[in-house]
Amino acid sequence: MNYNWDWNIFFKSTGIGDEIYLDWFISGLGWTIALALAAWAIALVIGGLLGVMRTLPNKWLSGLATAYVELFRNVPLLVQLFIWYFVVPDYLPEQTQVWFKQELNPMVSAYISVTLCLGLFTAARVCEQVRTGIQALPKGQANAAMAVGFTLPQVYRHVLLPQAFRVVIPPLTSEFLNVFKNSSVASLIGLMELLAQAKQTAEFSANIFEAFTLATLIYFTLNMSIMKFMGWVEKRVRIPGLMVEGGK
Amino acid sequence: MDFSQIVPALPDLWEGMKLTLELLVMAVVGGIALGTVLALLRLSSNPLLSGFAKGYVNIFRSVPLLLVIIWFYLAVPMLLNWITGDFVPVGAFASCLVAFMMFEAAYYCEIVRAGIQSISRGQVNAAYALGMTYGQAMRLVILPQAFRKMMPLLLQQSIILFQDTSLVYAVGLMDFLSSARSRGDILGLPHEFLLFAGAVYFMVSFFASQMVKRLQKRLAV
Repeated sequence: MNYNWDWNIFFKSTGIGDEIYLDWFISGLGWTIALALAAWAIALVIGGLLGVMRTLPNKWLSGLATAYVELFRNVPLLVQLFIWYFVVPDYLPEQTQVWFKQELNPMVSAYISVTLCLGLFTAARVCEQVRTGIQALPKGQANAAMAVGFTLPQVYRHVLLPQAFRVVIPPLTSEFLNVFKNSSVASLIGLMELLAQAKQTAEFSANIFEAFTLATLIYFTLNMSIMKFMGWVEKRVRIPGLMVEGGK
Repeated sequence: MDFSQIVPALPDLWEGMKLTLELLVMAVVGGIALGTVLALLRLSSNPLLSGFAKGYVNIFRSVPLLLVIIWFYLAVPMLLNWITGDFVPVGAFASCLVAFMMFEAAYYCEIVRAGIQSISRGQVNAAYALGMTYGQAMRLVILPQAFRKMMPLLLQQSIILFQDTSLVYAVGLMDFLSSARSRGDILGLPHEFLLFAGAVYFMVSFFASQMVKRLQKRLAV
């Protein structure tokens, strides 16, 4: 069989308007980043809250957070995505439903579903990391803070959380990277993010290897840069003398 | 919501579940085997071998599984074509299996590596002092202990893999999720079948994780 290698394919016209294939990749990368950042914001806020809830003395609150984690961790991401995209909109109020399904650009409605799904999915993982971080701190710290008259919210805000979040930067980094990787499931409901664009390029140009090689390289570079960046953040926020250095 | 239609569809769904489990078992066995080889390469003193293993793990861990599945679905038939010279039908199942094995091997490799490194150095030296070769020391002394230690982690990773097998939807393989979705579409009950599939995934993963937790407690010294 003959395969026409053509690494210049990315600079060739797609035949749609005056776009070249590289434009597709750039717009795909844009969607991927937009998805990952928005989902990460949701995951950090909700995951942080749940993580705190799991360490609270109140049985109801910690039980609720545990149930959330178990539910979102044991259902495949794809099933969750289908539920958010196909099932949930049908139970919205009439007007919102019409808006979501008909008036909204299909790309935007898919974006909303994936962001919500990915954010809540990742929140369960963030929760576990935050909880571990809080529990890793010596018990004496919370007690000492109480002894000097801090209320429970103050203990968390001024003593536990600032330290816990620093401790869990490395595991949170890998969750952050997972958000980028997991955002590729968006291609399965028609959102034209990076993977979907690579697939489309492969189908349009028949240059499968080039298209997927570029996509792989982009994901790889993205991964490496985030890892470097988070390593830098970790160093920047480290409290001298407080945490053990070394050990990535 | 009408869940009564699910019962007559159960045999069909079981067919899908069988494919999911088949894929899972083969991918776990192949992934752990390949992952162990990679871990041994990674720990080798030869920079070429350890560099190769490191690169392999880094690349596979930085790309989405879905990308690997689609890559292999499109590329494996072509590669085989080049190698053998004529057209070999590969099929979605085989290409997905290879994709899962190679992808998961990167994750298993890191677990196995940590497991091997957790065995004290003195044991290796003692094995060498008894006159064992590298192969014997690994096979008879290090790996049996390491595997016992890392069993919970390996199982946990396999539960994640169980959930990830649902991604074969992307290449049209009829696994449990896909068969539930197609049944649901035919009967006009897509929501019910999707929620049922989610519930089944949940129960299997949840109980499996609970078992792993118990195992972890039993293994803890």
